[in-house]
Amino acid sequence: MTGARVTAAVPKATSEATSEATPKATAISHAPGVAFILKKALISALVALVLFSLMIGVRTEAGPTGQLIYWTRFDDLAIIVAAVFGGSIVVELLRQWWGPVGTIRVVPSSVQRSLAVARRAIAPVLLIFTFLVPVIFYDQRYILDLGILVLTYVMLGWGLNVVVGLAGLLDLGYVAFYAVGAYSYALLATNFGLSFWICLPLAGILAALWGVMLGFPVLRLRGDYLAIVTLAFGEIIRLVIINWQSLTGGPNGVSGIPRPTLFGIPLTPGDDGLAAKLGIEFSPTHRIVFLFYLILALALLTNWVTIRLRRLPIGRAWEALREDEVACRALGINITTTKLTAFATGAMFGGFAGAFFATRQGFISPESFTFQESALVLAIVVLGGMGSQLGVALAALAMIGGFELFRGFEQYRMLVFGLAMVLLMIWRPRGLIGHRAPTVFLQHSQAISSDLVKEGHG
Amino acid sequence: MSGETILTVDCLAMRFGGIVAVNDLSFDARRRKITALIGPNGAGKTTVFNCITGFYKPSGGSMRLTHDDGRNIQLERLNDFRISKQAKVARTFQNIRLFPGMTALENLMVAQHNALMLASGLTFLGLIGAPSWRTAEKRAIDLATFWLDRVGLLDRADDAAGNLPYGDQRRLEIARAMCTEPALLCLDEPAAGLNARESAALSELLLSIRDGQGVSILLIEHDMSVVMEISDHVVVMDYGVKIAEGTPHEVRDNPKVIAAYLGADEEEAIAVMESGT
Repeated sequence: MTGARVTAAVPKATSEATSEATPKATAISHAPGVAFILKKALISALVALVLFSLMIGVRTEAGPTGQLIYWTRFDDLAIIVAAVFGGSIVVELLRQWWGPVGTIRVVPSSVQRSLAVARRAIAPVLLIFTFLVPVIFYDQRYILDLGILVLTYVMLGWGLNVVVGLAGLLDLGYVAFYAVGAYSYALLATNFGLSFWICLPLAGILAALWGVMLGFPVLRLRGDYLAIVTLAFGEIIRLVIINWQSLTGGPNGVSGIPRPTLFGIPLTPGDDGLAAKLGIEFSPTHRIVFLFYLILALALLTNWVTIRLRRLPIGRAWEALREDEVACRALGINITTTKLTAFATGAMFGGFAGAFFATRQGFISPESFTFQESALVLAIVVLGGMGSQLGVALAALAMIGGFELFRGFEQYRMLVFGLAMVLLMIWRPRGLIGHRAPTVFLQHSQAISSDLVKEGHG
Repeated sequence: MSGETILTVDCLAMRFGGIVAVNDLSFDARRRKITALIGPNGAGKTTVFNCITGFYKPSGGSMRLTHDDGRNIQLERLNDFRISKQAKVARTFQNIRLFPGMTALENLMVAQHNALMLASGLTFLGLIGAPSWRTAEKRAIDLATFWLDRVGLLDRADDAAGNLPYGDQRRLEIARAMCTEPALLCLDEPAAGLNARESAALSELLLSIRDGQGVSILLIEHDMSVVMEISDHVVVMDYGVKIAEGTPHEVRDNPKVIAAYLGADEEEAIAVMESGT
């Protein structure tokens, strides 16, 4: 690791001297790196040789009479070692090109400029594309369903981002609020016949209430301890749902949850349905498209509120809390209410998403709210870059979309997934978008490097 | 009647288990004056600070803060953030505690949290972008700009606080404390790690805060040139008790103080002084 830093510094010093030189000159100044890359690749290949010589090079089996028979597979071993050698060179080159902030960049400035333009354009392009998804993929139910799923996780990610990314409170039990929201809607709708649009805010409020209830006991906890208690809280909610059979139906879940209506107009084939009122032919896709735009609106609401909150004193206090809790106290900021509002706000969005989940599925059971969901949402936030809205959206797209993409690979899916995570953490240890945008500026807004931004410790 | 004294510390004691960090300490800090708290390392100065600013709950004694309007506040009854919010006591830290990932301007905006929180209608008015909130925010930015200008960091307003040089960070921390609009400003070794030129600038800044804003200052400092130059009153501590107090000149010539700093007996110190003069 230190070796990498030292060698990275050498070409940096030379390239600064020739900063306005042609790409050819930068290539020459980059020359000392070649020996390093080869050395590193050689070491990787050696490690691979030692590791795989017995695992792949020699194959053993029990013979018919119980004796050991073995045969060698040196050609396979050679291929693997060569792949590691070549792969190591490629990875090292990529690292130096798009490496973390501060390392030398051999990419010409024109390419860098166009990349910067592309980076600015990502968010609007992505948004426009999302709006057009139901139009483009109208006939492809699978894509629409996947889109709804991705957007649900984008919303969950944005909600958790308030707690983890802004306030720096590690919450491993976020799924609890998702469950509270889902069950709030399911039970209110099936028992009292309340409509989705009345239940949606109620679900949010109830989840926020539970957020505060979780917040109180964990106020004094930090870091690992906070993570453990929130984890336990998530499990408690799930266990209560499983065991409180008379209310929640236990493991059987709640079924027959009403579908959402367009302000009272159901999306059904009947005479009072939307299709009949508009005079168009009924199609089940209408409901899917409606759900798509519903979750898109909810997610964008989450995003808008979060962006607004960041520029308000409460949002700044959250970020200050992440940076330095002691300094916050010295400035007269009430740590208790600040933490509780962070928990409540995050939980509220989780509750909204839960209510949406219930109405989309029509059936919910405790199985949907396991720890794995919490871990997935947290992974999205961490991968996206804590505190970055765009990063979280991209991470949700990659995680959920990527998961579906590799569905064909069967058991290799998790392998590819793990590999991608490892690569990402090498490249972008602070997530896809690691830098922080200031909330207020005098002359010009400049992004703050992730090295300075704290991750929070509870 | 506002009175001459802003802070009265009376028989303050702080014990950590069996260790007595501060014992029976009494002193006054006068209004619109700079009071320095000095003493050798481990004398208990920072402990006193932590008691005054609510980070520790004292084991005994009382601390009374008298505001301009004659309002008395017993600091030992307030805790934590209320010291800053209600008693208007601001502090800085020995090891700088800025928000490194936020810009200098943002640091000063966070300091105005309580005022802005009210102006934003506990967030709800701010969320809908009410005009009253916008003007309040603009005023807050103006105040922050004023203090950035005062500490000479206006051109670095949009830089991350963690990126500023050490001396600038020290001054930014003072500016941040001033943005809470305090009545009493407590500075824990503000000149630590500064070079001679920066120390001189700091002295000037503190004097201008005292005279310009009418803020009383209580400071811990090891840099004697700063203490002697700007202090109106000096309190000397050693082993948790007060050993001397007075004007800088009185304190400088006090044998007990010299003995404490040299780590020698009082008689020896007197002997050294007499042989010197």
